Amino acid sequence: MTFSADIGLAYPELILAVGALVLLVVGAFAPKAARPVGWGSVLVLAAAALAAATGPLGRGFAGGMISDAASAFTQVAIFAASAVAIPLGQRWFERRGVHNFEFPILILLAALGMGMMAAAGDLISLYVGVELQSLALYVLAAMHRDNAKASEAGLKYFVLGALSSGLLLYGASLVYGFAGSTVFTEIAATVKSGAHTGELFGLVFLMCGLAFKVSAAPFHMWTPDVYEGAPTPVVAFFAAAPKLAAMVLFARLLAEAFGGAVAQWQQVLVALGLISVAVGAFAGLAQTNLKRLWAYSSIANVGYAIIGLAAGNAEGIQSMLTFMVLYMVDVTGFFACLAALSRQGKSMETIEDMAGLFREQPGIALAMTAFSLSALGLPPFSGFWAKVFVFKAALGAGLPLPAVLGLVGSVVAAFYYLRLIKVMWFDTAVSATDKPPLEARVIAVSLAFFSFPVVLGALIWIYPAAGRAAHAFGLA
Amino acid sequence: MPILSLITYAPLLGVAGILALRLFGKADDPRTVRASKWIALVTTLATLALSVLLVVQFDPHEAGFQFVEQAPWFAGLNYRMGVDGISVLFVLLTAFLMPLCIAASWKTIEKRVLEYMIAFLILETLVIGVFCALDLIEFYIFFEFGLVPMFLIIGIWGGERRVYAAFKFFLYTLLGSVLMLAAILFMIGTAHTSSIPELMVYRFDPKAQTWLWLAFFASFAVKMPMWPVHTWLPDAHVEAPTAGSVILAGILLKLGGYGFMRFSLPMFPQASHQFTPLIFALSVIAVVYTSLVAFRQVDIKKLIAYSSVAHMGFVTMGIFSGTAVGEQGALFQMLSHGVISGALFLCVGVVYDRMHTREIAFYGGLVNRMPWYAAVFMLFTMGNVGLPGTSGFVGEILTMTGAYGVSTWTAIIAATGVILSAVYALTLYRRVIFGTITNSKLMGIDDLELREVAIFAPLIAATLVLGVQPGTVFNLTQASVDHLVSAYQAAIGG
Repeated sequence: MTFSADIGLAYPELILAVGALVLLVVGAFAPKAARPVGWGSVLVLAAAALAAATGPLGRGFAGGMISDAASAFTQVAIFAASAVAIPLGQRWFERRGVHNFEFPILILLAALGMGMMAAAGDLISLYVGVELQSLALYVLAAMHRDNAKASEAGLKYFVLGALSSGLLLYGASLVYGFAGSTVFTEIAATVKSGAHTGELFGLVFLMCGLAFKVSAAPFHMWTPDVYEGAPTPVVAFFAAAPKLAAMVLFARLLAEAFGGAVAQWQQVLVALGLISVAVGAFAGLAQTNLKRLWAYSSIANVGYAIIGLAAGNAEGIQSMLTFMVLYMVDVTGFFACLAALSRQGKSMETIEDMAGLFREQPGIALAMTAFSLSALGLPPFSGFWAKVFVFKAALGAGLPLPAVLGLVGSVVAAFYYLRLIKVMWFDTAVSATDKPPLEARVIAVSLAFFSFPVVLGALIWIYPAAGRAAHAFGLA
Repeated sequence: MPILSLITYAPLLGVAGILALRLFGKADDPRTVRASKWIALVTTLATLALSVLLVVQFDPHEAGFQFVEQAPWFAGLNYRMGVDGISVLFVLLTAFLMPLCIAASWKTIEKRVLEYMIAFLILETLVIGVFCALDLIEFYIFFEFGLVPMFLIIGIWGGERRVYAAFKFFLYTLLGSVLMLAAILFMIGTAHTSSIPELMVYRFDPKAQTWLWLAFFASFAVKMPMWPVHTWLPDAHVEAPTAGSVILAGILLKLGGYGFMRFSLPMFPQASHQFTPLIFALSVIAVVYTSLVAFRQVDIKKLIAYSSVAHMGFVTMGIFSGTAVGEQGALFQMLSHGVISGALFLCVGVVYDRMHTREIAFYGGLVNRMPWYAAVFMLFTMGNVGLPGTSGFVGEILTMTGAYGVSTWTAIIAATGVILSAVYALTLYRRVIFGTITNSKLMGIDDLELREVAIFAPLIAATLVLGVQPGTVFNLTQASVDHLVSAYQAAIGG
């Protein structure tokens, strides 16, 4: 491929990179222009999403970058989630006296990293994408500089993130050493004739590193602490899009490079998935802080996505992609609700704080109920459809036990979602809540509308799109 | 005209109306509250009118599904609605009980009336949807989401231990349902269709049938509820508001029996046959044991709740007898129990509204102050006992006849349940109604008011008409039941 053709594949990433740098300069020289920079970032993301959706398909940069149905699907979803995070976070910080034009820029850079993860075709771009994304997220987590808890969260995130990057690099170097190439398709060629033990060893390290990034148990330790400490709108962002990017990368690595060794990685994934579901369900029962609670909920939900991936076929990947996209809506929506709520200027973060919320803020309470029921997997909310496809794929791939155990785990987790609903609907409020800010309310309520009923129509489009994306990975 | 969708979603129009009220008025304004009650009543009555129209247009000679609506959706799923002789009656039963529930809550529900009415209307949509759905996933959506309004009804407007009861109800049922969901997904994956009519003729291999049957059993046995997974029911009943109990006993319990007839029997005939002894054993235990338990209760509602479990034992026995008589009896018993137990809970509601206690020992001698009430309560007690001439008799005798041919001992042991039901029901009646008033608080209690008479009148009529003219029901169900039984017998014979 010629260089100009290669460049064509990278339009979404280039738009983001150039856009972020230009806006950075604007922000640096016009300190009062934080809001225009924010809107500019949303426009850049929209342009990048458009480029991803309509751009040419193919492989370029010596196999390092892939533009296919999967990368387009993922990038559009990621850029949309990032665009939602910008107004939500920027206003939230403004109200707390932090007038940062850096916030949207960091989101753009994280989105760029995630875009690269979705399009990575070899181990190098895999690593570069992961690092670019992570570094931006570390800073975002610690953005609330004067808040000790936020700084602690950022530092914790950084240290454990660096550890997982180390695992990734170690695994990558092992695979490279034994396969003689970093490009996925070339690794696949060596795996086809029987994977070398060294390659599998490296694969396990890579999987551990990625499990860190998606916070699958037993690599989940950082999640509750970071979710609790980081600013709520930042959590709304990094609980959603980065997980999708990492799961897609996970799928790409397993399906494209190690598609010949399904039997070997399937059992690892089943174990990861079930442990995550169990940890998320049982540990969540003991939580009183809602952000920690949803951290455990996200661990359980990533477990479901991994069970879908463990099916080891195109249907499994399709179900995983659908799951992650629908889950992103839930988790962003829920944290948008949390970001919207406060009592006398104090954030409401514990379950008890939500007492009587339905009387106080019926809109937000209904939205939170919808997101909770959806995360519980109750029909007809989006979370139900997400689970349906995952378990159908797992059952179809001959994994009945993981499917049934996963479903039973969802009953355990149901308890804590119900407890939240109970507190909001049955109990009486202690004191009045503040009027929720407009942007958070709009985001929360419209995402709730997506969760039901819009999802019933949207799936007609999302599910086949996820199917086209899944077939791009090359598994049957 | 898509009459089934119309009936199913008609209550949602009422929800929209109440939401509009809420937008333009204040939630606790008495005028808004009154308007919301009227909206709910009118909507449920309109739904009832539509369901009557449905039954009138229904062709009783057709065994298959009628009024079928179908629209493709995504991933091979379809939106399908349709009713046959088995489900059409449940649609009518639901539509019949709902206006009564709204009327029964007219004065007793004082807080958060708008939400209450919305919860009931949504519940009506969901329950009717369950009976009309002809696609597995669609069925599951209606079936499962029904938990949420009921959870709120028990949890917000319930008694003292309402939170405990609401959680127990939800989690118990959810555990059963997710196993059914796993089975549903497996079936869709294997048979490559989610259409219920198509799956009714699809033959799963016997080994898979066993597992699928067990998964569906987990869900329906909890809903039914069968011994030993019935323990959520007394709690839920005791804590739920009166109308909530009526819906629970009158309609939600029927989902279990309906599920057995719609799924277990036609889709997994070999497994059903194989597990018949298990079902028979659990049924007679339910009939005998819960009758004895009912006798020992001190709370009126709990007593009636346990008696429901006993009566549902007859239903499961009839269904799994696999005979036309047994199926007809089970269907009839469900219908009759829906009317009678609903009425009994309303009877409890009458005295509870006045005295705010359901303790049997508190009452006594009510006949002196409330002769009309005593008469009404008497009729429904007799129906519960299964007195000939009331609807309760027909179902019990038919289910026992059906079971007799298959397992004589089962029928004989179950027959003792009829005696036991007389023991607890009549004892209850004697202690509450007869004698002289010893409790001074009861001296001022008033007899039925006009609203309550209006609620009981249709229930009395239904109990008696069904009791003397059961043929009207059998005419409707005959073709579908015969079809079901002949397919079942062919499958287990061959």
